[in-house]
Amino acid sequence: MDILQTLKDLWLDSGFSSFFADGGWKNLIMIGIACVLLYLGIKKQFEPLLLVGIAFGCLLVNLSYFGPESTDALYHPELWTNFLNPDHADYHSYGKILTSGGLLDILYIGVKAGIYPSLIFMGVGAMTDFGPLISNPKSLLLGAAAQMGVFLAFFGAAASGVFTGNQAAAIGIIGGADGPTAIFLTTKLAPELLGPIAIAAYSYMALIPMIQPPLMRLLTTEKERQVKMEQNRVVSKTEKIIFPIIVAMFVILLLPSTAPLVGALMLGNLWRECGVTERLSDTVQNALMNIVTVFLGISVGATTAADSFLNFKTILIIVLGLTAFAFSTVGGLLVGKLMYILTGGKVNPLIGSAGVSAVPMAARVSQTEGQKANPSNFLLMHAMGPNVAGVIGSAIAAGFLLAVFG
Amino acid sequence: MNPTLLATQVADSGTKMSAGDAAIVALVGYGVVFLGIVMLMVILYISGSFFKKRDAKLAASKTAETKSTPAVAPAAAKEIPAAPGSAGNIKLNGIADRDAALIMAITAEKLQTPLNELRFISIKEVE
Repeated sequence: MDILQTLKDLWLDSGFSSFFADGGWKNLIMIGIACVLLYLGIKKQFEPLLLVGIAFGCLLVNLSYFGPESTDALYHPELWTNFLNPDHADYHSYGKILTSGGLLDILYIGVKAGIYPSLIFMGVGAMTDFGPLISNPKSLLLGAAAQMGVFLAFFGAAASGVFTGNQAAAIGIIGGADGPTAIFLTTKLAPELLGPIAIAAYSYMALIPMIQPPLMRLLTTEKERQVKMEQNRVVSKTEKIIFPIIVAMFVILLLPSTAPLVGALMLGNLWRECGVTERLSDTVQNALMNIVTVFLGISVGATTAADSFLNFKTILIIVLGLTAFAFSTVGGLLVGKLMYILTGGKVNPLIGSAGVSAVPMAARVSQTEGQKANPSNFLLMHAMGPNVAGVIGSAIAAGFLLAVFG
Repeated sequence: MNPTLLATQVADSGTKMSAGDAAIVALVGYGVVFLGIVMLMVILYISGSFFKKRDAKLAASKTAETKSTPAVAPAAAKEIPAAPGSAGNIKLNGIADRDAALIMAITAEKLQTPLNELRFISIKEVE
């Protein structure tokens, strides 16, 4: 037995040797990025429930995948490339993924089929009280206005000439500040950009308390921020039960492509409100949500293989994503100001920034800024209206983009 | 598995578009979002006004019922006068009395205002 040869084979089989192979340095950089994301998730608590999973998925794929020869890899980008290639024998073959894929390839099927984002939406629906929105339907306008960043970022990405229309649409939806919607749309329109888009979306959502307040102070006066809003009317149980049924019927008929997201969101909400399915509501809010979060985070992280992540496009996506977030906040604030003027100062424009979804963090930011201007100001419930309206608004925006580019 | 097809070699999804086309799509898209939301808002206003009217009717019929049967009310059911400095009735939605008391005490402390000078109308749990 040739001991030296055996040792050499062992070395060549190991991941360590791959770092010295062609392009292996890229994996080292990605491992560094994964560690930074883990730090942000754990130490800084940036959306930890998803970011820790995404970061660890990123770590796992870059420790095990060094190119198509990596047979032991947990995730194989080339399998998914073939899956999407109409000229390949494995086009749309889940069987091939199941027989040749690694653990993360198999988990990724749930992302690819749009199952995880819809199930997350079901949980979000079961956790959301739409009462503030029902009692003040005007707040829906703020949820619509705050989609401005989606379309501005889409325009910027498409006009740059770097991205295709599909990719620009997927980048724009980062401005919706809605992780599941961003993942859902990107998987359908530009799966090759899923890693950077998901990371940008969740990172910026976590950074909302830092991104929004300077814009809020810049675009509003001290007097506007001090406005105390009147208490909303109490919404009856029947209204809360009818709401998800009406929204599902109306929005799905308007944009059928929103059916998986809006349908799941409203079903979750109906379970919560109808009063006879408490067990289901509890399961969807807790157990199912946690299970799906585990699968979603780790499989999205797996799409950050060094070859597809480390490029100029990723940097552009990060920049455009931030632009999208900022302009969505601006859109909400501007319509908030308009409402302030039209109502004779009865609406505090700070609630407009909550229209960017990111429930309930954006509403909390409105509350905090309102209280800084006037300690006796309680804007939280008023901001929850636009906040949940933003979820519906971003789903409609995604549905439109899917209808145009899908 | 086809080793010649790397992720980076795959053609990007879709085709590139001109700035003009992108601007049109963006404007139409923003318009569609507003249109959908405004229509939804109108539906909510209509259903809201229906429920408001129904609630008002129910409240009116309840008041009429209580007015028509004043003599039947037992003496014990008489409203107990509020203690001096009491803030009156408060509506609690899905919150225990003890938690409501805590919230009111914390609010008074934060505002540096005596509790009997504050009026709490309702407390609702935000999930």
